[in-house]
Amino acid sequence: MNPVYDVEPKKSKILQALEDKDTSAQFTDPLENEMIINMGPQHPATHGVLRLLIKLDGETVVTSVPELGYLHRGYEKLAENCSYHEFIPHTDRLDYISPLMNNTAYVLAVEKLLDVETPRRAQFIRVIISELARISSHLLAVGALGLDIGAVTVFMWTFREREKLYDVFENLTGARFTTSYTRIGGISQDMTDATKQMIQDFIDQFPARLAECENLLNRNKIFVGRTDGVGVMSRENAIAMGFSGPNLRASGVDHDIRRSNPYLVYNELDFNVPVYNDGDSLARYYVRVNEMKESTSIVHQALDKIPAGPVHAFEPKKVLPKKERVYTKMEELIHDFMIINFGVDPPVGEVYHAVEGSKGELGFYIQSKGEGHPWRLKIRSPSFMNLQSLPMLLEGKMISDVVAIIGSIDPVMGEADK
Amino acid sequence: MLTKVVEKLRAQYPTSLVEAKEFRAETTLHIKKEDIVVVCRFLRDDPDCGFDYLSDLCGADAYTPENRFEVIYNLYSLASKQRLRLKIFTDETDMHVPSVTSVWAGAEWPEREAYDMFGIIFDGNKDLRRMYMPEEFEYFPLRKDFPLMGIPDSIPLPRK
Repeated sequence: MNPVYDVEPKKSKILQALEDKDTSAQFTDPLENEMIINMGPQHPATHGVLRLLIKLDGETVVTSVPELGYLHRGYEKLAENCSYHEFIPHTDRLDYISPLMNNTAYVLAVEKLLDVETPRRAQFIRVIISELARISSHLLAVGALGLDIGAVTVFMWTFREREKLYDVFENLTGARFTTSYTRIGGISQDMTDATKQMIQDFIDQFPARLAECENLLNRNKIFVGRTDGVGVMSRENAIAMGFSGPNLRASGVDHDIRRSNPYLVYNELDFNVPVYNDGDSLARYYVRVNEMKESTSIVHQALDKIPAGPVHAFEPKKVLPKKERVYTKMEELIHDFMIINFGVDPPVGEVYHAVEGSKGELGFYIQSKGEGHPWRLKIRSPSFMNLQSLPMLLEGKMISDVVAIIGSIDPVMGEADK
Repeated sequence: MLTKVVEKLRAQYPTSLVEAKEFRAETTLHIKKEDIVVVCRFLRDDPDCGFDYLSDLCGADAYTPENRFEVIYNLYSLASKQRLRLKIFTDETDMHVPSVTSVWAGAEWPEREAYDMFGIIFDGNKDLRRMYMPEEFEYFPLRKDFPLMGIPDSIPLPRK
């Protein structure tokens, strides 16, 4: 027999938050039954472990509450307890679609704190890996958006291209997925000519492959019908809600950190910033596709211009020495011992450095008290800020639009949950 | 240093600006806790400042007897392409700070995160729930007195 409660069972705070929300959604033909459904955290269309609590009226979303934290690993706490070098592998696990981008973003923040200038060759290599990571990320975003709304073939084709990229990454870094490629003051190993040729081959064949994917989507009636005018974000709201990256540029804001606050050697390279004014899912898709073409051009130019030379800054007290020199030279042995055991020796202060990541503004804010480990490290993760607008975008839309909107925002939960 | 912005702010709100610092060409302004909302609104709306984009908001634990907790606002101007960092301090005895959600709607989640991690209470944030940790969790994990290993049995596991 079921127990009889004299009081109502306690509601969870998430459910309470959903019921407390003010909503302005109006319906011309409401069905008389309201329903609350729970989407995720184990749902293929939420791109990870995003959980959504959705209140429905018939098939229309009245309001929704996203719930994060299913992949929270406490990286900011971990960062306070490991040295600057030790944190580099953890950055792979933030946005696991483009780990090379996170590696670059993190070491740039640390180098700003330490005031280390990397050699030009390393800077060019960092630009190349960032752009390859952007292509890899956008390929997944475009493919998964197509998959979510019924164009399965695109997903297969974009993953074929990503597979080629992973082969490049394996040759370049030694790992396909968890690359940990950058180091403070340089990169872990120089790019060989064979790898350079691999990148060149990939870039040469990529535009044609991308055009094939575009042919499947751009004039696909179902794809356009399900994304055109869906999830519209106005320019004002996009700025107020902290949208960044392709999502911001799809809402008509011409803001790209590579252009506005150039880092590495981006000011020597020629590229366009695609901006669309519609602010809907289709515009976000077009921004990503066009950014991939721009990235291809950037990699082309960087491969042409890349100079020869060292890939490590000459800062013995801050940059890890080469292993073979540690074993044979006294000085390097001492420096290696000090850097590994006590960390680098930063000044007291705080810095913030942001890069234009594949999802948006990826920034690291570091507070240093002069110790070998950060006192506080804050990851400004674009997916977190982009996801915040989800209830605004979903309100008044159909339940089937939910997957199209999530797919077009392109969140990665490893980054949003930290 | 963003001299123009700092001078303008000092002229407009002489008592609000406590200190201005510069490190690695980044400006940090210490603002009085009570005035943070008016200062943010001024910095956003003033045509010479134009810091219209809240890039990030986070808490920090300085672990000092006084002014233990900080809230850091990372502002960006889409027009002038400059960054500005604002900082307010609060004591452990009084964890209430004003919320800037009325200035930037997007401050809601970062404020929830700062509440979740440090226990800083943002007055005026309509939905101040925990961001990452389970709602039954009692501690604030990014405080310096919270152990790295965690506290045993602090997270309730699902019953069988």
